[in-house]
Amino acid sequence: MKMKSAAFPYLVWMAVFIIVPTMLVVIFAFTGRDGSFTLRNLESVGQYSNVFLRSIWLGAVATAVCLAAGYPLAYFIAQAGGRRRNVLIMLVMLPMWMNFLLRTYAWMTLLEDSGLINRALTFLGLPTLHMINTQGAVVLGMVYNYIPYMILPLYSVLTKIDKSVVEAAQDLGADSRKVFLRITLPMSMPGIISGVTMVFVPAVSTFIISRMLGGGSNLLIGDLIDMQFLGSAYNPNLGSAISLVLMILILICMGIMNQFDKNGATEGGIMV
Amino acid sequence: MHLENEPIISLRNISVSFDGETVLKNFNLDLKNGEFVTLLGPSGCGKTTTLRIIGGFVKPDTGDVFFNGRKINSLPPYRREVNTIFQKYALFPHLNVYDNVAFGMRVHGKSEKQIRAKVGEMLNMVNLNGFEHRNVNLLSGGQQQRVAIARALANEPKVLLLDEPLGALDLKLRKDMQAELKKIQKQTGITFLFVTHDQEEALSMSDEVVVMDKGAIQQIGTPLDIYNEPKNAFVADFIGESNILDGVMREDYLVEFSGRPFRCVDKGFRPDEPVDVVIRPEDIDIVSPDGEHLTGTVQTVNFKGVFYEIIADVQGFKWMIQTTDCRQPGAEIGLSIRPDEIHIMHKSEYSGMFGDYTTFSDEMDEDIRTQPESEEEG
Repeated sequence: MKMKSAAFPYLVWMAVFIIVPTMLVVIFAFTGRDGSFTLRNLESVGQYSNVFLRSIWLGAVATAVCLAAGYPLAYFIAQAGGRRRNVLIMLVMLPMWMNFLLRTYAWMTLLEDSGLINRALTFLGLPTLHMINTQGAVVLGMVYNYIPYMILPLYSVLTKIDKSVVEAAQDLGADSRKVFLRITLPMSMPGIISGVTMVFVPAVSTFIISRMLGGGSNLLIGDLIDMQFLGSAYNPNLGSAISLVLMILILICMGIMNQFDKNGATEGGIMV
Repeated sequence: MHLENEPIISLRNISVSFDGETVLKNFNLDLKNGEFVTLLGPSGCGKTTTLRIIGGFVKPDTGDVFFNGRKINSLPPYRREVNTIFQKYALFPHLNVYDNVAFGMRVHGKSEKQIRAKVGEMLNMVNLNGFEHRNVNLLSGGQQQRVAIARALANEPKVLLLDEPLGALDLKLRKDMQAELKKIQKQTGITFLFVTHDQEEALSMSDEVVVMDKGAIQQIGTPLDIYNEPKNAFVADFIGESNILDGVMREDYLVEFSGRPFRCVDKGFRPDEPVDVVIRPEDIDIVSPDGEHLTGTVQTVNFKGVFYEIIADVQGFKWMIQTTDCRQPGAEIGLSIRPDEIHIMHKSEYSGMFGDYTTFSDEMDEDIRTQPESEEEG
């Protein structure tokens, strides 16, 4: 009973800011401009399937890169001693202290055709590269912005793995490769799942990164939704329908992800 | 081939220090094949470190480790034919009971058919039939302990290292597991090296006890030897209760302490050599205070079930006496000690540190004995 009364403010918060807006999205998605029930919005989402595919593809690539780069780093930090470990974790979080928009602008000035990187290449007598307004630039932006969200949950589960469990595996005959594959990796699964969730979800639905680094040709779902509410193509009903489909797609992806965590163990990981 | 009388494991001149603090100094130990050997000592005496050196988790600063006569100093843990039962079991939390026990065989590439047979055999041995698919995190301490034993023995090690494996269990369960471990050791014939700070556990389980303190061996012997013939005041005090008095060896078979000459059964000391005299509390008979015996005054009496524990003041020295005769505090008593119940030891660095019950209290004793072993390797 005590728990319930303590949870009351949060229930109100959730009702007002999560449940009601979600319900509104659902209602908008199924109604026309005049407020009558219709399936037309959902039907017309189909014409943007290429945008959906691109968003999921780029989000998946960015997530994979974050995992591939973040895991070794998280492992390394988890192995480090007390003081050094704290400094390293602070360095991982350092970019997050700066405004998201500013960070992405900084990448623009770096990647532009006449940006810092190309000017440096010219100075060295090397041919310039076209980097801005490419899918690669979008993925780079995603990885740069979201990798801390991969590293932190991984770091958190890796530090919680009892050293004696690793020693027990060595004692029973496992070399370092087998210890990693049979002990460390499966035991860090909850961290991998939270990390993937925390990177994939914002990466799929981002719109600032794709607009600033991807140019007009690399439109993502986030841009599409943005346009329906604030942009030229003002149509909140279609925007809600796209949001709803995106939400369902992400839920399906997460459902599949969670299948990898056999025991359903989420200890140590940060669940979203 | 391994010879019966060759040691299976030898430690030679091992020294280890962590952060400048010496943990083991010039340590030598031989383990004979098929024996149950116990390393016994207080926290920080280096016993766990000794175990970790054999397991391959600690590299000694100097000295050599031999396995069946072969030097294995630089052999990594996963290539050593020894297995360890860790203090807190260290079961794999993401695997069920079956997969925990099967782990060692899987990494060694055994067939699933072989593994199934062996896991069944091991679980049968530790009385965990039908637990194959249980989640190890939901087992009781005793059951986790059994899984750890099955997991280690499934690898058929030549030597099993046990690092205070019973420390986390309650008294009743600990007694049961002691008997069970002893039985398993007899059954399998595997050499057991057992680490504990519990002297009773060491005495009741071992073929041989190695008493350690401050990174050095104080005495090696059978449980009976170390109880009856302690080498110095540390061993006498650590193993059971002891009254340890300053004495002088007048000649062979004649010792003087508490201002009186006593007949004893020890010899081979220098004439008039200062010695430590050990008298176990249960070896003292209470008689009427006549001129022939030591006399003292009863100070406290504690009922212990089978016997009374009496602290008596004899010329300022506080003796502990365990007897079935009850005496009231303040009573004058005589202390009768038979010659074969007097044990004489050479003086050592521990002389004068133990054996007087002036500051004795039951509670304090209990505290010291039940203190959990702290991590020795910082």
